[in-house]
Amino acid sequence: MYFSNIFAFLFLISSTLFAQEEHTDSTATYDPSIAYSKAEGHGAEEEKFDPGKMMMEHIADEHEWHFATAGHTHYSIPLPCIVWNNGSLKVFSSNRFKDEHHNNTATYEGLKLEEGKIVAEDGSSVFDVSITKNVASLLVSVLLLFVVFFTIAKSYKERTGKAPKGIQSVFEPIIVFIRDEVAKQNIGEKHYRRFTPYLLTVFFFIWFNNMLGLLPGSANVTGNIAITLVLAVIAFFVTNLNGRSTYWGHIFAMPGVPKWLLVLLTPVEIIGIFMKPISLMIRLFANITAGHLILLSLVALIFIFKSFAIAAIAVPFSVFMNLIEVLVAFLQAFIFTVLVSTYIGAAVEEGHHH
Amino acid sequence: MILASSILEPNLGLIFWAVVIFAILYFVLTKFAWKPIMDALHEREQSIDDALSLAAKTRQEMTDLKAGNEKLIAEARAERDRVLKEAKEAADAMIAQAKADAQKAGAEEIEKARNAFNQEKINAVASLRKETAKLSIEIAEKVLRNQLADPKAQESLVSSLLADAKLN
Repeated sequence: MYFSNIFAFLFLISSTLFAQEEHTDSTATYDPSIAYSKAEGHGAEEEKFDPGKMMMEHIADEHEWHFATAGHTHYSIPLPCIVWNNGSLKVFSSNRFKDEHHNNTATYEGLKLEEGKIVAEDGSSVFDVSITKNVASLLVSVLLLFVVFFTIAKSYKERTGKAPKGIQSVFEPIIVFIRDEVAKQNIGEKHYRRFTPYLLTVFFFIWFNNMLGLLPGSANVTGNIAITLVLAVIAFFVTNLNGRSTYWGHIFAMPGVPKWLLVLLTPVEIIGIFMKPISLMIRLFANITAGHLILLSLVALIFIFKSFAIAAIAVPFSVFMNLIEVLVAFLQAFIFTVLVSTYIGAAVEEGHHH
Repeated sequence: MILASSILEPNLGLIFWAVVIFAILYFVLTKFAWKPIMDALHEREQSIDDALSLAAKTRQEMTDLKAGNEKLIAEARAERDRVLKEAKEAADAMIAQAKADAQKAGAEEIEKARNAFNQEKINAVASLRKETAKLSIEIAEKVLRNQLADPKAQESLVSSLLADAKLN
């Protein structure tokens, strides 16, 4: 986590350097096979490689699943667009936005794409519940989770009381670890059973999506603030809806604290209720996004300098970073789960030591 | 960084789908994966615990049984020793009794025999004395008859007898 934070910081510094480099290198010859292209008009005019734009496009959500662009050919899967606009539900393929050059500039039923967002030409409000790249990736991860854990559940039924085998023995230590060292440890013997399924779901959901996000051409699901926001809001409700008198007592009237100090302390505690899920949301989003940005910036270096020497440095370094990201993928899922379990632990705690 | 705001701005559609998908994931996994897995793990841990405690119990029972057996053997041995001792004592007592009885019987027989012998001896002595007396009288009679055949002898005898009588 700290590593990727440091690297993210380095990236922020270095990205400004890239920008300067770009200006001095404006006369460099254009290589269509490697440069990121965006055709305009008839595709004759090629836009210069913009690392910032490239990275943002990789991190942001989109309405089609774009894998690669080679020359003028875009390798992408169209995804369904579901839009509520002007009192009617419109369902159509994202291919409807393609013009004759396969760029997303076309309009369909008065809707068009503007910086990845569907907007109405007449300016009316658009509620977009499209199956975007992230939603599609979420569905893939859910499918994967179902396949993996149904297989495991089945082998538990078939091999009752026997030692785990195959995929079962891969996940059993993790499941047992989450149950014993996270749930039981932080929530306590009395209540942990109720929250173990939630913690397991959160952990494997984040971990699987983090891992899927590391695959080339995949979506950046857990590095999307909307996803981490949902996870954080769920954590907020799970924590506070299970809050006991001790928990609320510690927030509104901290025991053992003078009355006059409560005037200061209570607002801080109330802010704390909201800061906890906000920190969960930002931590996961920032770590995963930072990891992606580092990898992308390392790759971008090659395209900026157009040099094999840079590639010789950047490639091993991105392999190294990718391995660190594999670790971060697990670590962030684990940290999220541990923190939620401590929040729940604090909420359900019964005040026996006061 | 034109698009920087777009990655920091949560998309409502994505939030909607994330909530729906996470809710489905949670309920389906809980029902069809976590519950059976947790139950199976719990059951297995329980059975391992049970097996271990049963093994410990069995081991304890074995030790107890061994101790019991040893106690039983010791008791049996003590019983055997006691029975043997008692039998020996009884035999000894019987032998002693028999010996005493035999001695007593022997002594009684000897006593009886001695008594009978004494009686016989007394009888024999008495009859011998009687016979002797009879024989003596007969001898004396015969002697006297011979000696007193002439009147001189009769006179000398009477005078000697008279002399004796005076001496008394």
